[in-house]
Amino acid sequence: MNYISVSNNQRIDIQQIPEITYDLFFELNTGFIISHPERHCVNYYGFKISDKIKLICCIADDNTHEIFISSCIIGDSTTLIAFTSKLLCFEKFEREIHENFGIQYIAHPWLKPLRYPYNRFDKSKTIANYPFYSIDSEELHEVGVGPIHAGVIEPGHFRFICNGEQILHLEIQLGYQHRGIEQLFIEKKNLLQRTILAENIAGDTVVGHTTVFSHIWESLCGFQSSRDIQFARTLALEMERIAIHTGDLSAVCTDIAYQLGSSVFGRLRTPIINFMQEWCGNRLSKGLIRPGKNQFTFTQNLANRLNEVLNTFEPDFDEMCKQLFKLPSALSRFERTGVVSYDDVLSIGTVGLSARMSNLNRDVRLSHPYSLYNEFNHEPIYKRHGDVYSRVQIRKLEVKQSIEYIRKLLVNIPDYEEKAYMNSPKPNSFAISMVEGWRGEICHCAITDDNGDFLHYKVKDPSFHNWMALALSVRNNEISDFPICNKSFNLSYCGHDL
Amino acid sequence: MIDNLKILYHQGKQYIPDVTTAKVPGIFRGRPIITLKKVDEDKLVEVCPLQAITKNPIAIDLGKCNFCGECTMQFPEKISFTKDYKIATNERDRLIIKEGDENPVEVNPANVRDEIHNLFGKSLKLRQISAGGDNSCEWELNASNNVQFDMSRFGIEFVASPRHADGIAITGPISENMAEAIQICYDAVPEPKIIVLVGTDAISGGIFADSFAIDRSFLNKYLIDLYIPGNPAHPLTIINGLLDLTRK
Repeated sequence: MNYISVSNNQRIDIQQIPEITYDLFFELNTGFIISHPERHCVNYYGFKISDKIKLICCIADDNTHEIFISSCIIGDSTTLIAFTSKLLCFEKFEREIHENFGIQYIAHPWLKPLRYPYNRFDKSKTIANYPFYSIDSEELHEVGVGPIHAGVIEPGHFRFICNGEQILHLEIQLGYQHRGIEQLFIEKKNLLQRTILAENIAGDTVVGHTTVFSHIWESLCGFQSSRDIQFARTLALEMERIAIHTGDLSAVCTDIAYQLGSSVFGRLRTPIINFMQEWCGNRLSKGLIRPGKNQFTFTQNLANRLNEVLNTFEPDFDEMCKQLFKLPSALSRFERTGVVSYDDVLSIGTVGLSARMSNLNRDVRLSHPYSLYNEFNHEPIYKRHGDVYSRVQIRKLEVKQSIEYIRKLLVNIPDYEEKAYMNSPKPNSFAISMVEGWRGEICHCAITDDNGDFLHYKVKDPSFHNWMALALSVRNNEISDFPICNKSFNLSYCGHDL
Repeated sequence: MIDNLKILYHQGKQYIPDVTTAKVPGIFRGRPIITLKKVDEDKLVEVCPLQAITKNPIAIDLGKCNFCGECTMQFPEKISFTKDYKIATNERDRLIIKEGDENPVEVNPANVRDEIHNLFGKSLKLRQISAGGDNSCEWELNASNNVQFDMSRFGIEFVASPRHADGIAITGPISENMAEAIQICYDAVPEPKIIVLVGTDAISGGIFADSFAIDRSFLNKYLIDLYIPGNPAHPLTIINGLLDLTRK
């Protein structure tokens, strides 16, 4: 076998991953994906072993619930044929490997810096001189936006090439948020510090990233989490989805200057996050999820409170949605704006909401279930048009679905179980974990050394796949539609830059 | 039209009438109180993942604390977090809460420049800069201006251009890749101007304090006018801090 098949949250010995030649590695992994829309690359990265570089590629199969893992050892500053020459979805992964280790790729169409990490291979490349694509023309003009934006949001630079009001091309340059998170996971030796690090990967996906980290840690330690822990995580993940989707509906309304929707959705987010504060003392759920234990017990009192919160939230939410989705001036801004086709999302390999908007059904809750998602008969919500309307609709319907799931959960609250003993991580292991955050699939991979310490830690936020979808969506749209396209995706800068 | 009015009617009154006395729901980790009880001090210092707790005497630095609550869980008789969300101040040292200290954290008016009271007392426009911020403080800054907290009723708003601003509000530990942009933005703000640091990451670097990817040299060059702690800072902490700074 050239690869090993594992399931979500499985630990294996690092030696179990077959090491193959690059030619085989190339054929194997591109072969997995070509003409298999149910498969995509969930993580592909490299790390240094003495003077060599080990590449690890993880391909997930949504139908069989497997993840195929293979590896390959190459010398540094070698030249390789790019996977991207066959499959565009590898574009960012290979740019990252190129940027970190100086590996040259043949037939990579867009071998540009990705995030300018502090430990990059070529320090002479700096964020101030990013090589933007440009067109020499008297008719066209360029518009540069950022890194600091007009709103209270994170930094990133957008460079538009426009013909009058029409956008022909958008290039998104990121990296401003780089904080060296992956390296810190190795340097911080204490579990709590690492958990806090996971909480701070993306402050809008606190539960998502911390849950993935907890899964990885528990897999490495051979710890089986009890039902009450899984209950808390499932509940918190769905609450996070409701809170952010509602906040984003508000932001979309702001961008089309619909004041009523903006105010009402904006205020509806408050009771949801205030409930998280009642539960764990933090509106954005920081401090709630911890590996191997339940930090804050979910009591019957809290369940009653949550039922109350949802019962008052839902009619107001429904009423506002009904009004928004019958308003011609809103619909005319949503429909056929920012379209990304099925073929495009498939070729660039988007995940989560950014895939489901165009009829590409990718949802880890169904394909690689974890915690209590097996019990829901989860049916992912997907649309066909790939426009702003599809994205906004999905958010509305997912809020409704999450409320339904939470109500199901609240019927049967598991008893609190005493904290069980958790071993330390097993040495020389590899573990992979995936969770469906509100943006889509979050995937972390960890490798331990002889002592069970982290040798390498890899974080992949769904935004890593999805930024390209935003860049494609605005083509041939008016530049004034950019804000609404952007907000309908609401991708993470810090999750991408790490 | 009637549907819109119905929606408005169903929302009722959402705004918080008095943001200085409003109560936060549930549990909240605000200003800590440290008792004089004797505990294993070395163990307590070690519990804190961010080295925010020091001994002789036992003290918590709210500029470093990320409010995870681990210390109060392990030493409930020694440390407790109150629901007092007013923890913003203009003095870095005031963020260090020593054992036995139960006084509120406040802005020291003696150290506030005259022009802040005179010019910004009724209108303060800020340019927000996220420099490695994880988007949690940014969400809370946005929430400060929603219909409930409604910070703009005090004339405090975030503006799109530094040219229109009276100062900058920084979130995040300041990544190396943002260091230049933050300087350019600050230089573009007309004098007199203020600097506000929002959140633990901005005040001390937080969990990223010893990362090689951050560059905090900008902060050494200027006087910081307001520290707003929290991870993320609560909207009520933000609003009260800004009001405390600008109003006599």
